[in-house]
Amino acid sequence: MSLLEIRGLEVRYGGIRAVKGVDLEVNEGELVCLIGANGAGKTSTLKAICGMLPAAAGTVSYAGRTITGLPSFRLVREGLVLVPEGRGIFGQLTVAENLSMGAFARNDPAGVKRDLEKMLALFPRLAERSTQSAGTLSGGEQQMLALGRALMSKPRLLVLDEPSMGLAPLMVQKIFEVVRKIAAEGVTILLVEQNARLALEAAARGYVMESGAIMLAGAARELLADPRVREAYLGEEAA
Amino acid sequence: MNVLQQNRAARWGAVALIGIVLIALPFALSQVGTAWVRITNLAILFTLLALGLNIVVGFAGLLDLGYVAFYAVGAYAYALLASPHFGLHLPFWVILPIGAATAALFGLLLGAPTLKLRGDYLAIVTLGFGEIIRIFLNNLSRPVNITNGPQGIAGIDPFRIGSLSFAKTDTFLGAAISGPMKYYWLLLAVLVAVIAINLRLQNSRIGRAWEAVREDETAARAMGIDTTKIKLLAFAMGASFGGVAGGMFAAIQGFISPESFVFVESVMVVSMVVLGGMGNIWGVILGAMLLSFVPEVLRYTVEPLQKAAFGRMIVEPEVLRMLIFGFALVLVMLFRPAGLLPSAVRKRELAARGEGELAERKA
Repeated sequence: MSLLEIRGLEVRYGGIRAVKGVDLEVNEGELVCLIGANGAGKTSTLKAICGMLPAAAGTVSYAGRTITGLPSFRLVREGLVLVPEGRGIFGQLTVAENLSMGAFARNDPAGVKRDLEKMLALFPRLAERSTQSAGTLSGGEQQMLALGRALMSKPRLLVLDEPSMGLAPLMVQKIFEVVRKIAAEGVTILLVEQNARLALEAAARGYVMESGAIMLAGAARELLADPRVREAYLGEEAA
Repeated sequence: MNVLQQNRAARWGAVALIGIVLIALPFALSQVGTAWVRITNLAILFTLLALGLNIVVGFAGLLDLGYVAFYAVGAYAYALLASPHFGLHLPFWVILPIGAATAALFGLLLGAPTLKLRGDYLAIVTLGFGEIIRIFLNNLSRPVNITNGPQGIAGIDPFRIGSLSFAKTDTFLGAAISGPMKYYWLLLAVLVAVIAINLRLQNSRIGRAWEAVREDETAARAMGIDTTKIKLLAFAMGASFGGVAGGMFAAIQGFISPESFVFVESVMVVSMVVLGGMGNIWGVILGAMLLSFVPEVLRYTVEPLQKAAFGRMIVEPEVLRMLIFGFALVLVMLFRPAGLLPSAVRKRELAARGEGELAERKA
């Protein structure tokens, strides 16, 4: 059974339909990516899944329950966690404080403490800077922090919105290494990316979104080989 | 005795000493003049207001320029329930909670429609809210006379505990205890309680949630924080402190009118918070005390000084007050942008900015 199931999802901004009936599924333990150009409706889709935007139509089911219209703070408690676009770290708080803020919805202090140590081991860079204010970190480090903070809330489904945005190529590689590592630990991931090649290489399955609708869907390997994807998103001339 | 115990003992000793000084203060002040006890009482009232506003502005980061409205609500709640105006004379321990609750309700009334506003936009709406409340108070005398309009409400009951009235002078062990002195001790007790509540709030789950909302609302929601509830809570709690302060103000003054709750008062309270150090409880107290006392000191020194120097008064103390006030704010913003006693978080931010500039210069 799929962990996340979306049927006919629509999102509207006033009279504009940004998402026009999207169907999407993510199975437990899977890494699925959603790729597409700027303004294709990827972020709107994610926000509607995570309860940050109201859905105009359609249903979102998570772990066998309809969650359409549930506010995000409730979904976090159920393990559906979003890492928002642009990282959204708390710049004035320290790195350690940011991480513990991730555990806001939890009430098992011992487990939180254990997870905090785990995060610092997973991100040695953050451990070095744990008492520094998060605003002083580089973009890549901030993204690491955003990932670590989201992991602190014990996600079952982690929803990542453009984790590579605005980062240097080397840093992007590192972020994807971490995303793979998280997936390997059994966390289900829905990844939205503009960097289509990296996303498809990391994911098992992929969806391609164009002007608010899903254009293509399938195994990531097949999408990587698909001439339409190669031309539009991988910057290659059609053979 | 090890060092830690010594430190602890020294700390408690210092606290006890400050406590004794604060309790004995009105005796010393009344030697100078009972007016100074009254001035000190008003200063404590403003400190209460500043601490209440600090919850909204300092902790939750919601700029409120109409805070005096809650002060007004608390004051009018007291005045209407303990004056000849309606012929009601409820005791203060009944009215103060009512005032706090009513103010909190008004806090929700302001908070609910402004949930989506931030920064400047929120500031403008709150400013309007403050004016609306004042204009209502001014005009709610017809067709049914509720607030008595611009004439205000007079003859408000002082606090009474049994036969002990806060308006009269009593003799206790041969020492004269005046009304303002009694209010002073009561205000001091309330202040200590409010400081304790503030300190507890700051380090609580709610405090951390406010911090998160202040920093990044979307991220706060993604952390599982119910931002709607937490913002409304900030408005309501901040307002309730204002309501309590308002009730005490009404009792101490014995007379209130909409004149007491003008926009400038809101600006004053915001300035106290900003000058002292947004988010830092001790900074806010310092700011409130400074901005309350300096004008009074001026009032008593400027006139004789000018008369001695020039033989007549050239600059009115009131004019000088605003001049010094503005100048002080400019200086603080230039040299201590996070306030006189910045909160740990803001201090860190500024330090970080300094480091960043240093790194940029090196590069």
